[in-house]
Amino acid sequence: MWNILRTRAAQGQRTAAYPKSAPELPARFRGRLALAPAACDEGCGACVDVCPTHAITCEPSLALDLGRCLFCTECVDVCPTEALSSTPDYRLATTTRDALVLKGEPLALAERLSDEIARRFGRSLGIRVVSAGGCAGCAAEVNALSNIIFDLGRFGIHVVASPRHADAMLVTGPVSHAMKGAVEATYRAIPAPKFVIAVGACAISGGPYAESPAVEQGLATTVPVDLFIPGCPPHPYTLLDGILRALGRAVP
Amino acid sequence: MTHGDLNEDILTPLAFGVCAPIDSFEPVAFDDFASALRQTLDDGGRVLSLFARSTSEAQQWTLVAVLARRHASEAAGQDPARASLVGGDYSFSLGVVCARVGQSYPSLTPRSPALHLFERDLHERCGIVPEGHPWLRPVRHWPSDGGDATQPWPMYELEGPEVHEVRVGPVHAGVIEPGHFRFQCHGERVFRLEIALGFQHRGLLAQLVGGPHCHTLAQMETVAGDTSVGHAWAHAQVVEALSQVCVSPRADALRACGLELERLANHVGDLGALAGDVGFLPTASYCGGLRGDLLNLSAMISGSRLGRGLVRVGGVGFDLDDELTGSMRERLRSIGEAAERANLLLWASPSSTGRFEGTGTVPPEVARSLGLVGFAARASGVDIDVRRCFPTQTYSDHPVRHWLKEQGDVYARGRMRWREAEASFAFLDQVLDELPEGDLRVAPTELSPDSLAVGLVEGWRGEICHIGLTDAQGRFEAYEIVDPSFHNWTGLEMALRGAEISDFPLCNKSFNLSYAGHDL
Repeated sequence: MWNILRTRAAQGQRTAAYPKSAPELPARFRGRLALAPAACDEGCGACVDVCPTHAITCEPSLALDLGRCLFCTECVDVCPTEALSSTPDYRLATTTRDALVLKGEPLALAERLSDEIARRFGRSLGIRVVSAGGCAGCAAEVNALSNIIFDLGRFGIHVVASPRHADAMLVTGPVSHAMKGAVEATYRAIPAPKFVIAVGACAISGGPYAESPAVEQGLATTVPVDLFIPGCPPHPYTLLDGILRALGRAVP
Repeated sequence: MTHGDLNEDILTPLAFGVCAPIDSFEPVAFDDFASALRQTLDDGGRVLSLFARSTSEAQQWTLVAVLARRHASEAAGQDPARASLVGGDYSFSLGVVCARVGQSYPSLTPRSPALHLFERDLHERCGIVPEGHPWLRPVRHWPSDGGDATQPWPMYELEGPEVHEVRVGPVHAGVIEPGHFRFQCHGERVFRLEIALGFQHRGLLAQLVGGPHCHTLAQMETVAGDTSVGHAWAHAQVVEALSQVCVSPRADALRACGLELERLANHVGDLGALAGDVGFLPTASYCGGLRGDLLNLSAMISGSRLGRGLVRVGGVGFDLDDELTGSMRERLRSIGEAAERANLLLWASPSSTGRFEGTGTVPPEVARSLGLVGFAARASGVDIDVRRCFPTQTYSDHPVRHWLKEQGDVYARGRMRWREAEASFAFLDQVLDELPEGDLRVAPTELSPDSLAVGLVEGWRGEICHIGLTDAQGRFEAYEIVDPSFHNWTGLEMALRGAEISDFPLCNKSFNLSYAGHDL
């Protein structure tokens, strides 16, 4: 008993100060990419060629789809004119698929999904998590939200063990054909009102598996998606920021 | 250990890290092929992979087995040409053996159960029938692809007036990957657990044919998300061997740092989860946070908590300067101390250890015959670790302290993971202290045509084996991936035999296998 208390004292307070202050991220963290289409040397196409998920187009002008992006920043490394750059901004969530396509304007970040969602779930949200053909990288970061650092419970948000207890469904992975039925069944079993979160490049666009005939190209061909959180995988703060925004909660 | 009566001539030796022309592997008579596999396993070696290539004739296949042969170490000393280095009292060498078969051949599984999944895989992917295989169910295409979810393949059934069946999944009650489990029980007692996987199947192997493509490395980092460094490194070894590129000592050391950080994050995190499963919350909470600290160390190197972007073909994508290595060592020391404190609490709590002891036992003879790998095998007395059998330069220079246990229960697997975590902390402290010099990345060249190369890495779960075969243009004609989970899922099934159904979460967490790595 004394040992447990002593260890507890040595452990100290670990829960992050977020959302009262902005999170601390590693110096090499690769967040939102920034585009300067005016600087793009047309016809070079170096970024298009190295992009593993065809997230970048040069025609008619430079555009980058954060829903496909793996944040590998190979494009930034090859761009001769610095038309592409990597920023440490971890805030990436949007409420529409189109908003994820960057063309040079600021990213239109997610806002409260609806007054009803904010009123009903703003202080108590149950999330059902379904992994559907992913690598479990996104699932690992979703899991990390429940640890003592991010402590999802302090926001009144919890991961629930049954769709009947859920208010939202969170899906990772491109939706393998073997899981399509299970994703649909889970969605149907969640009582309305409800909303759906697609987490990671795979769930948004198929990610690195977009060309595989064994998977769907993301979640939207199976159920309607209300919140898109890009990344490969998204940082836990990116996830938290997206979910809190959808609920209309204050975030840095 | 003797070498029995295996005629070594039928094996084509393959040096670790070097590719060989495919036509150097002459097919041998099937009986010789079968005896080479049998003898390799009986000698304590490994069948790393077994797959089939189509031939120019219809319905004719070439079975290809990549073997890791175990030799008593004097033999290795006498033969300097052996590619591998000594591991413990033994040395290991790679070899390839091939045989021509038609649409069927006599199954090797009844004699060598370690081959049971490879043979099911041959049947599923090529339609080859291993005659006499005791349980020829699909490996991962259930119920996707050719199958139908409403018409699943038959699973094991048990009949009797008091027997009942518990079905779980594919969606589980938590943040877990999908899989379908069936427990045949009598009351609380489990007679048999059968696990049906394939729900994470995303057609990965088919996607690799014709590569390497620009998305290949991204796919490799997502074979199993928690083993990004391990799989990316195994793939890099294959491509580097095929293009005759030698990575610098510095790149090798940085890869090893990434791999050990991955091991630490998973071991420490899962020890916390084991504590959580028996309701011992102090260790559960501390380890959850410490796992995050370790992931953040990976992010200090590559910007990604899962180490994405660290391994690049030809080297690494990121370097460490003296200031960073200094601050990483400092953080590692404090995380190591905190992890030790958290674990001492767990191992000093009789109510926890009592729950671990004797639960989910996989006896050494079962682990050996099923070909289990990684810490799960070492907790059941099977002395196998790629870091010792086929070490890269960094692991030769800084051998990782090595442990072996015999009990094979949840306690042994848990203790093994803590011992391995301690060894990884010590390894990282040494390697980061004196990172060798060298180029970060060597530009890759064209791949050798019509060649085969093997990549081997000891991921945190165990042996990761990648095999690449190129066609006449130097593109991948076939690519095989064997995740440690492929071997170890059967170990989890065995751990549940005779156990109670309430032991399942604990047993499952003690293995913590990858669905994605198995399903591919």
